[in-house]
Amino acid sequence: MSGADEREVVIRVRGLRNQFGSHVVHDGLDLDVYRGEILGVVGGSGTGKSVLLRAITGLQEPAAGSIEVFGVDVLHGSEESRATLDDRWGVMFQDGALFSSLTVRENVEVPMRDIPGLPSAIRRDLADLKISLVGLPYLAGDKYPSELSGGMRKRAGLARALALDPEIVFLDEPTAGLDPIGASAFDELIRNLSRSLGLTVFLVTHDLDTLHAICDRIAVLAEKKVLVTGRMRDMLTVDHPWVHEYFTGPRARAAQDSAASDDREEGAV
Amino acid sequence: MSDAGFEVTEEPGGVLRIAGSLTVRNIAVLQERLAALRAPEGLTVDLSAVRQMDTAGAWALVRFPAQAIEGASEGHALLLDTVRRALPQPDEPPDRPRGLTPFLEETGRRVMTGLAFLAALTGYLGLFLARLFRMILRPGEFRLTALVAHAEDVGLRAVPIVALMAFLIGVVLAFQGSAQLRQFGAEVFVVDLIAISILRELGILLTAIIVAGRTASAFTAAIGSMKMREEIDAMRTLGLDPATVLFVPRILALLLMLPILGLIANVMGLLGGALMAWVELGISPAMFRTRLVEGTDISHVFVGLVKAPVFAIIIGVVGCHAGMQVKGNAESLGRMTSNAVVTAIFAVIVADALFSIFFAQVGL
Repeated sequence: MSGADEREVVIRVRGLRNQFGSHVVHDGLDLDVYRGEILGVVGGSGTGKSVLLRAITGLQEPAAGSIEVFGVDVLHGSEESRATLDDRWGVMFQDGALFSSLTVRENVEVPMRDIPGLPSAIRRDLADLKISLVGLPYLAGDKYPSELSGGMRKRAGLARALALDPEIVFLDEPTAGLDPIGASAFDELIRNLSRSLGLTVFLVTHDLDTLHAICDRIAVLAEKKVLVTGRMRDMLTVDHPWVHEYFTGPRARAAQDSAASDDREEGAV
Repeated sequence: MSDAGFEVTEEPGGVLRIAGSLTVRNIAVLQERLAALRAPEGLTVDLSAVRQMDTAGAWALVRFPAQAIEGASEGHALLLDTVRRALPQPDEPPDRPRGLTPFLEETGRRVMTGLAFLAALTGYLGLFLARLFRMILRPGEFRLTALVAHAEDVGLRAVPIVALMAFLIGVVLAFQGSAQLRQFGAEVFVVDLIAISILRELGILLTAIIVAGRTASAFTAAIGSMKMREEIDAMRTLGLDPATVLFVPRILALLLMLPILGLIANVMGLLGGALMAWVELGISPAMFRTRLVEGTDISHVFVGLVKAPVFAIIIGVVGCHAGMQVKGNAESLGRMTSNAVVTAIFAVIVADALFSIFFAQVGL
């Protein structure tokens, strides 16, 4: 991780404390996210992965700590400086969180409506482009969210998150509830988009295959903070019962094997 | 650099130099500038001075019919390539029939939907009756606790609102009636007016409308949210019949409670009317009572209350049916809940009209 310090830090979390009543979720949590990387955030149920995502995006007021995104203080910054952030990040919620009264195309157009002087015809074409970019068929643009399958809703949610070409996308469990084929297709989509659009991806997941396949770095939440960050192979050497169990359990080994065989195939081609 | 944030210059040798940033914020201007160029097919676009480009900018360039695009940085080339591959291919919209056909088709579809809805309601009524009779034969299946709980919810909790509504209707009737009847010096007939209109029509009808609003929506919401969370499916796999467990206690509770609520409404309506008649016309409570007993036949009460069970079944069946039509999303739950209320109120009023015709024909 020696080279990491030279890269630009886009999200800097220091001393974060989140609590609900007397239940403390995070205490003294520190985290850095670097530009252009795909960071996978993992942790057991109830360790506050989604809470961390919500805190960084300003949806959840933490009890203490500081959060900076692109150097802007998310918690105490001025209204204007925080408003500039909304264009620079996109969030994909677990089930897409599409507006149910709008078609998919209209959903994707929503963030673009704020841009002055953007004619509706171009807006529509750009929305179609984003819909196609996330791998949805053209006709999906005219459908309502209730007419789509879970995987399609997630893709549509991603298209909306990407509407304004954000620099960071936050993905909350992008592969949860997808079948393995759909999940790996989504993994590939995220990796391709991240590379070609230069995205920084903050990814909350449970999916070991996703971690193996696309994450540059992994942050493990445990004991109310980020216990350890590093690459996948660093995780195997961590001496902590939960981390050890998570990354060397039977499911982890299966995911590792399949990732290794993928690498071999890619090497052969 | 221009205000737009980019610069487009045509250079000799068919080279089009673009500099600056090409983003969604200036794409409209960029498109205009590109569209104004003559003979774009022969141009070579040079992107070496482009600072910033997003998918919108890349999209505009990809759609620009230039001969070639050169000088893009590695990242921009990757972006252009991604956008080029993702460029949406609009499908041909399917041919739509013209003329009168779509209109007729739509009309036919609506009529059939309406008929199917009526058939489905009748089916639910049949289902309720069948399960009810089965319970009479096999009392072990009967769920008394559920019945009592629903009766409390449907009946007892509705008493304050029903009583207040009926009382105010009585007051209004007495007030309006006295103003009109005074012109003829027939003030005392205000008692007949109040008694007949409340006992025969208004007491039970308005009670049924309030209960339709309160209870049909509650039935739909309760059953619908169970349907949404697949609880109904779980019941079926566990060998529980949703009709027995959910419909019968609810509709039966309504069937028992609506006549009682109607009776309460009648009493409160008469009380309100008597109070207003006393205040406005000086008809004392004793005189009101004498006039009520002499002038109003008991058949009016019968005519009113006999409608209550019918209204109860309409409201219950509509509410349960709508609940079962809820699909897997919250939107349909909301839509079906409001549908249930509208349908139940409408059906209650239609039934009331049919009753009026019937009673007029048999001379009651």
